[in-house]
Amino acid sequence: MIVEPKNQSFVSMTVREALRDGMAEEMQRDKTVFLMGEEVAEYNGAYKISQGLLDMFGAKRVVDTPITEHGFAGLGVGAAFGGLRPIVEFMTFNFSMQAIDQIINSAAKTLYMSGGQMGCPIVFRGPNGAASRVGAQHSHCYASWYAHCPGLKVISPYSAGDAKALLKAAIRDPNPVIFLENELLYGHSFDDVSSDPEHVLPIGKALIRREGKDVTLVAFSLMVGKALEAAEQLAEQGIDAEVIDLRTLRPLDIETIVQSVKKTNRVVSIEESWPFAGIGSEIAAIMMEHAFDYLDAPVVRVTGADVPMPYAANLEHLALPQVDAIVEAAKAVCYRGD
Amino acid sequence: MAYPISPEKALEAYGDMFLIRRFEERAAQLYGMGLIAGFCHLYIGQEAVVVGVQSILKPQDSLITAYRDHGHMLAAGMDPKGVMAELTGRSGGYSRGKGGSMHMFSREKNFFGGHGIVGAQVPIGTGLAFAHKYNEDEGVCITSMGDGAANQGQVYESYNMAALWKLPVVYVIENNGYSMGTSIARSAAGPNFFGRGQGWDIPGEKVDGMQLLKVQEAAKRAVEHARSGKGPYILEMDTYRYRGHSMSDPAKYRSKEEVEDVKQNRDPIDHFRAYMITTLKVSEAQIKTIEDKVKAVVAEAVEFSKTSPEPDPSELYTDILKEGSATL
Repeated sequence: MIVEPKNQSFVSMTVREALRDGMAEEMQRDKTVFLMGEEVAEYNGAYKISQGLLDMFGAKRVVDTPITEHGFAGLGVGAAFGGLRPIVEFMTFNFSMQAIDQIINSAAKTLYMSGGQMGCPIVFRGPNGAASRVGAQHSHCYASWYAHCPGLKVISPYSAGDAKALLKAAIRDPNPVIFLENELLYGHSFDDVSSDPEHVLPIGKALIRREGKDVTLVAFSLMVGKALEAAEQLAEQGIDAEVIDLRTLRPLDIETIVQSVKKTNRVVSIEESWPFAGIGSEIAAIMMEHAFDYLDAPVVRVTGADVPMPYAANLEHLALPQVDAIVEAAKAVCYRGD
Repeated sequence: MAYPISPEKALEAYGDMFLIRRFEERAAQLYGMGLIAGFCHLYIGQEAVVVGVQSILKPQDSLITAYRDHGHMLAAGMDPKGVMAELTGRSGGYSRGKGGSMHMFSREKNFFGGHGIVGAQVPIGTGLAFAHKYNEDEGVCITSMGDGAANQGQVYESYNMAALWKLPVVYVIENNGYSMGTSIARSAAGPNFFGRGQGWDIPGEKVDGMQLLKVQEAAKRAVEHARSGKGPYILEMDTYRYRGHSMSDPAKYRSKEEVEDVKQNRDPIDHFRAYMITTLKVSEAQIKTIEDKVKAVVAEAVEFSKTSPEPDPSELYTDILKEGSATL
């Protein structure tokens, strides 16, 4: 059941606070929900997402783990099989590669392999993608990796309100959910956070963050902000861009993208991960399948560079999608070269 | 003097071991006939391990293992018909034909699989133990693995967390001497798997896994330890598998003489049969009654596994996600 009460008030808070409140409310609501991960309890979270939760819920439900991702991810899966609802925090999703066998082979596939008997209600969450100057092994976006896999749901919110309401949906969901946050967004404030503990958003619904008629910009997480900036610049140049915040990557809200493209006839996808077999590749394929006759230009992908993330400031800047590149791509599909 | 097992309980345990032996022999036949395909890992030779451990468990206890799992399922009380029909990939199987030999589960019997990735069941079993403790249900999770899996890194990550948090888990290492085709001497630096929890003060012992009573006795100690809140326990079961690693393995890495020697001198079923007759004074007729009953059960399972229909094509796209979420 989606419960979206009327007359609710929205307040301003950071993504960090919204995520914490979302977890706290769900832990209050359901005694089987617990949080585990590196530094989540006594340290109050490596990025302070779990600030105060140990004091509120005690060590039984806020569990500091050793730095052994493979082991504790698998332990979380077992706890979920055993009737609990674990939230497993990865200090960054880069470290989830240590645990990816448990996430895919154990969490995602077991419902199918058991003919529907098992089910694994678990949330794997943490920061994903590039932060700032942390090099190749700590800057990787895993959106397309996890979105590839049946049996998983994959969420990657932008705003604080979405972060809270979608995290609550993820915790209540009876399936394994990958919840991709972004470190650079943690400190951003948004005024869209519901204070109603029953405000839960549906998984699988994109949001049109800016309406426009000339070109559709499709993005998620941090890149939504870049797309909105690009849209402002495009407006100054007479191009009216529509910005879609995907919010969920699996299941993808194909309908919202297709309806937008029927109006704008042009698509630019933006993601910070590598281009090959990325989310943008999927958007392009979906446009071929669902909106081919509506396209007035080929789909263009703005992505991270196809290289391991460099450390040097200038190279890192070059490796990540910037507003200028989005503006250029939008102009290109509108055939508005300089 | 009191014997460690009553004649009635002994006959029950014998029947359970005989069921696994008979079931696996028939599975091998069906494999030969092409009715079972893919990977199929038989438990023949190791029957005393799982029957001995299972016989001392309480209803709230849970069990998890890897892919040599048919014996565990039968010992846990799962219906042989459902297990065999899963092997043949039919809709009457425990996973409705979608899991196969390595992937079967029964929530009703607290059997949590059936896992195909070597060692992956060990953190999961540790998590089941975490849930037992969290829910305060006084349950213990029996987490089985082979000697091959015992070299996996995630096993030691699990030992660490289980000891740190005093989780009610008993790790049963079924040491059959070979991780697929590689003998212990060639795969493990240090043959004492039971001692590998020492760094965390996890007690461990080596048990003759071919002798049911020895298994029972050790399992009682281990499970009581875990149930009383003292944390994990390791049991290394010295056992042997008669068949290859899977049906496609001719097992040329060991001599016929080695296999014959175990069959002649250590067979868990023959050994226990002789014990029942000479010590417990159980009659041949009583044993035959049990054996006949088991043969009929297995024959029925085989028949069911042949006649149960294949899954409906619509099953291809079911059970991918569970419904009833906040989003529906």
